[in-house]
Amino acid sequence: MKKHLMFGAVLAGSFVAQNAVAVDTVQVDGSSTVFPVSEAMAEEFGNANRGEIRVTVGLSGTGGGFKKFCRGETDITGASRPIRPEELELCKENGIEFIELPVAMDALSVVVSPQNDWVDHLTVEELQKMWEPEAQGVITNWNQVREGFPDRPLNLFGAGTDSGTYDYFTTAIVGEEHSSRGDFTASEDDNVLVMGVANDHNALGFFGLAYFLENQDKLKAVPISWKGGEPVEPTKETAGDGEYQPLTRPLYYYANKASVEEKEHVEKFAEFLFQEENGDLVSEVGYVPLGERVREAALRVLADREVGTAYQGSEVGVDVVETLEREKHY
Amino acid sequence: MKTLSENIKSGIDYASLSRKNRSRDIIFASLGIIVLFIAITTLVALFLDLAVRGAPRLTDPDFYTSFPSRRPLDAGILSAWVGTIMVMLVTAVIAVPLGIAAGLYLEEYAGKNWLTDVIEVNVSNLAGVPSIVYGLLALGLFVQTFGMGETVLVAGLVLSLLILPIIIVSTREAIRSIPNELREAAYGLGANQWQTMAMYIIPAAKPGIITGAIVGLSRAIGETAPIITIGALSFIAFLPQSPVSGDFPFISFEWLNSGFTVMPIQMFGWVSRPQADFQITAAAAGVVLIVMTLMMNALAIYIRYRARK
Repeated sequence: MKKHLMFGAVLAGSFVAQNAVAVDTVQVDGSSTVFPVSEAMAEEFGNANRGEIRVTVGLSGTGGGFKKFCRGETDITGASRPIRPEELELCKENGIEFIELPVAMDALSVVVSPQNDWVDHLTVEELQKMWEPEAQGVITNWNQVREGFPDRPLNLFGAGTDSGTYDYFTTAIVGEEHSSRGDFTASEDDNVLVMGVANDHNALGFFGLAYFLENQDKLKAVPISWKGGEPVEPTKETAGDGEYQPLTRPLYYYANKASVEEKEHVEKFAEFLFQEENGDLVSEVGYVPLGERVREAALRVLADREVGTAYQGSEVGVDVVETLEREKHY
Repeated sequence: MKTLSENIKSGIDYASLSRKNRSRDIIFASLGIIVLFIAITTLVALFLDLAVRGAPRLTDPDFYTSFPSRRPLDAGILSAWVGTIMVMLVTAVIAVPLGIAAGLYLEEYAGKNWLTDVIEVNVSNLAGVPSIVYGLLALGLFVQTFGMGETVLVAGLVLSLLILPIIIVSTREAIRSIPNELREAAYGLGANQWQTMAMYIIPAAKPGIITGAIVGLSRAIGETAPIITIGALSFIAFLPQSPVSGDFPFISFEWLNSGFTVMPIQMFGWVSRPQADFQITAAAAGVVLIVMTLMMNALAIYIRYRARK
């Protein structure tokens, strides 16, 4: 009998009106790559506004995050790539206007095992030779990559094909988004890739800089040479000043314009992201904080409520300040 | 057909036959012990490995009372374990009565016709549907069509759907195992069908029914996929509103509409982080989740023991 009563009570409870929450809430969702930044910001912002403003962060992924965002379910969504045309269409259909803001820079590091003593640097062309779709089943030995490399099998590790990381890497290296050879070890869990490369003398892999920095004792980063330039090693500094290219990418927030305008706490949170002292939070979770010029430009875009995206598609080696100053399209 | 004595005369060696059979017994028994040993050691090794790795966090009382954090050594599971308990509560309150009632109806009341057959086959099949499918169903129906949001209630509903078939099937099994004589004796005493059920069948089948319910709930507690699909949060630094308050009307169901996170999601988030210390936190969360599951099973054993007495 007790059970029946409880069941009835739960049913009754489910009809209680929603959104009766008294405390203001900022709803953030989106990319798992951006998640650590969102989490750190949410934690500090929550502490600074205890009892007044709450921030919740979901982990739907870039694509899943946009789906929710464009239905108006979230205030801000994180993305590891610019919004796609079909996602933009969805937002338009639902009348969701957004402001595109960079939150941090991430570098993709190309890594080999510390026992690998033959690679001192690689050019983008050499990487392309390894990763392009035509290489499948053909480029299987290190000595095919460059004259003088030893006769050793080439074992490749990379991000799973559903991730923004994979999309960016293929755009930057192969030249075409979402196109690469298929015969490499792919995992959505970067820690699996770390272990894979660390335990295989003949391996080469790529993943976010944070995973390399946390595992420097097990891995060696390969300096990358682009367009005939000097090879550059991935570090927070070289990523921060845009020297490590084409594998440095900005991470984005897309803020719902209506939320920013109507909810004071959302605007407050958005501004909080670009305070200089909060750059340390970005650094702490393994990404590269935005420089002063980027922060100023982003704050201006936010203040002017500039709606739309600066991108026509994925681009590599972008200057973030320049993208912020571009004419946006929506 | 020869008789035994004829067989003995014709020279069949029964002594060696029986020795052979006995040695087969020994082989099978030792094989069984080896397999059991492998299974148990793997489990114990996994658990111990998690416990040892997670020990630094497990022994820290703050781990249980603080919210998640970007600093692995400050990160706690407060919102996760509270979320898990609330979701499980909703799941139990919805799935257990519905599942038992459905099982009773199908076994005792439903007429034997094609419709019942179709339902039976479907219920059994539903028990094998991957959990992500339930997640997608809930996303489409509860979250998007009904607009219920990503709440504790929706998570409880999807997990209820997930374990309903398990509870229904085990309820039926439990009832089927009650000897028909019991039923006939009750009818013989003049009891009607409801009286027979309520006073004889259900009490006799209770241990089996409860075990089924707890097995279902134990499955639900570790489910990640459907809860991620409906959009559970990963970082949440507050608890849903308390169900009991000092003001009128004292009981609030606001918590049902609250955002939430659960233990497996929190663990999943930590495992994929670059900092090695997060692996410790994840291991500790894993131990807590296993202990929660074991506690539920222990509860089942206790209830069954009491029901048998």
